[in-house]
Amino acid sequence: MTSTELATRERTLSLLGGEATDSNLRRYLHGIPGVDAVGLEQRAAALGTRSIKTSSKKWAIDTIIGLIDLTTLEGADTPGKVRSLVAKAITPDPADPSCPRVAAVCVYGDMVGDAVRALGAAHTTPAQPGINVAAVATAFPSGRASRAVKLADTADAIAAGADEIDMVIDRGAFLSGRYGEVFDEIVAVKAACARPDGTTAHLKVILETGELNTYDNVRRASWLAILAGGDFIKTSTGKVSPAATLPVTLSMLEVVRDWHRLTGEKIGVKPAGGIRTSKDAIKYLVTVAETVGEEWLVPELFRFGASSLLNDVLLQRQKLATGHYSGPAYVTID
Amino acid sequence: MTRLAVPKTYKLYIGGKFPRSESGRVYPVTTKQGDFLANAAKASRKDARHAVLAARAAVSGWAGTTAYNRAQVLYRIAELLEGRRAQFIDEITASEGSSPQAAAAQVDEAIDRWVWYAGWADKYVQVAGNANPVSGPFFNLSVPEPTGVVAIVAPQAGGSLLGLVSAVAPALVAGNTVVVIANEAMPLSAISLSEVLATSDVPGGVLNVLTGSPAEIAPWLASHADVNALDLVGAGALDWVDLQIQAAETLKRVLPPENGPDAAAPSLHRITAFTETKTVWHTKALI
Repeated sequence: MTSTELATRERTLSLLGGEATDSNLRRYLHGIPGVDAVGLEQRAAALGTRSIKTSSKKWAIDTIIGLIDLTTLEGADTPGKVRSLVAKAITPDPADPSCPRVAAVCVYGDMVGDAVRALGAAHTTPAQPGINVAAVATAFPSGRASRAVKLADTADAIAAGADEIDMVIDRGAFLSGRYGEVFDEIVAVKAACARPDGTTAHLKVILETGELNTYDNVRRASWLAILAGGDFIKTSTGKVSPAATLPVTLSMLEVVRDWHRLTGEKIGVKPAGGIRTSKDAIKYLVTVAETVGEEWLVPELFRFGASSLLNDVLLQRQKLATGHYSGPAYVTID
Repeated sequence: MTRLAVPKTYKLYIGGKFPRSESGRVYPVTTKQGDFLANAAKASRKDARHAVLAARAAVSGWAGTTAYNRAQVLYRIAELLEGRRAQFIDEITASEGSSPQAAAAQVDEAIDRWVWYAGWADKYVQVAGNANPVSGPFFNLSVPEPTGVVAIVAPQAGGSLLGLVSAVAPALVAGNTVVVIANEAMPLSAISLSEVLATSDVPGGVLNVLTGSPAEIAPWLASHADVNALDLVGAGALDWVDLQIQAAETLKRVLPPENGPDAAAPSLHRITAFTETKTVWHTKALI
């Protein structure tokens, strides 16, 4: 057992009062108070009504760009597509050198090598922060494969140079109450994120909230993922509708807030899928700032999983810079 | 006991829907004598932006229909206008203060003009296009294609329906989509025309009607990078030179203001003004 695994086990033991078995986890997760769905949705709607203008909007837009995981997760992805994605990640707006870079590019495991090569000096190194490469792993998006395949998938991406791993949980096991299985899998994937030099890639745990059906389940899955050692909890794969919604993200942020109060540890949140306009993205910024605090608005603790969002944000940015409306002909086609 | 009349609050027409202005503003529409007629939405720059988005989304569909089909769709609008002739005459009589005979003559002229332009849909390409002589074994063909999104300031004087139709119909014929700022003082026939369009076969977003102040909205459309052409036919009272300068920043095609009774008179030129010429080379068979 590595030291991180030991630490996770110790913490879990102290919180659960026993090993992470189905019954212990069940007792713990079902002991969490339920979600007031109406209150949650009302709170999310209220947070979405804030009017953010001029200099605040400018700050928000630059912040959003710096929080984006620029994503391409298509069966038709090619090394060329990944290279153009990386070029856009490095220089989102070629007409404006003051435009910040995105936080990371998110690709399938077999494209990690291409992304790393394309990033070159812009890639994150221990010495200098840069753009991360995130890889989806563990039989993304369904998660239907054996444990061995999922771990091999993860190890593969790590070996190719991925800085972050986006894993999916086994929703089938979660919904049928086999919490221990989900827990063990996250622990095992976390262990597979270890690099030979002793460092560990960041692990984002995708809950796929669109398949969890209730806010209570989202809250339980969030607790489960954090207990098992996830560094980030992520709403969705983007392949299932509904993907990220504001109430779901708010409920996950509340778990992160509670966990921070309980342990002092800061967990990240990544809403992914369905956030297409800067207006939507600004609602998320407001929600984060109001729920867990502004210190969460950094790439280490909050990300947007998006592809088309960046173009809309760039159009807004151009509008603020030039004073007139821009059009889709002035940003790159993805 | 007298019945309390229910005056209508008219809305905008954007993307095939009738939204209120996002600003929540309205302005009163009055008769020539100043009596209250109705409230109309006062569009803001954001409504203009939404309208351009809707128009942009509709370009590929509308430009992609066959010319023959486009002609039929436009002709159908003329049919519907004919069916609501009485309503248009009433509105024009009320808002312009003209006699019922003059109003009827204006509606008839508008319908005739619409039919005239509809007929051009599958013919203007033959007239404006060309087979060019080249020294080589090639066919060399030039064909006009729609420019894209056209922003129009409708005539602000003269007949409100006739002015609108004369400005809008030629842009639609070629397959462009349109964002039009209606006659500010007399917007009723523009809004009724949108109601006609909403029940016709014209896809949503092909024609978007904004009511409100052209002085306020036109600069935003003129400088909007996603608008491809600007028809300033009704912008004579505005600072239209400045609008042209702003339009030039993004290389828009621009038509200048026209005044007088012959403003926006029907002509093939108004159709071809908002087209781009595409020239293709094709090898001849070497038999």
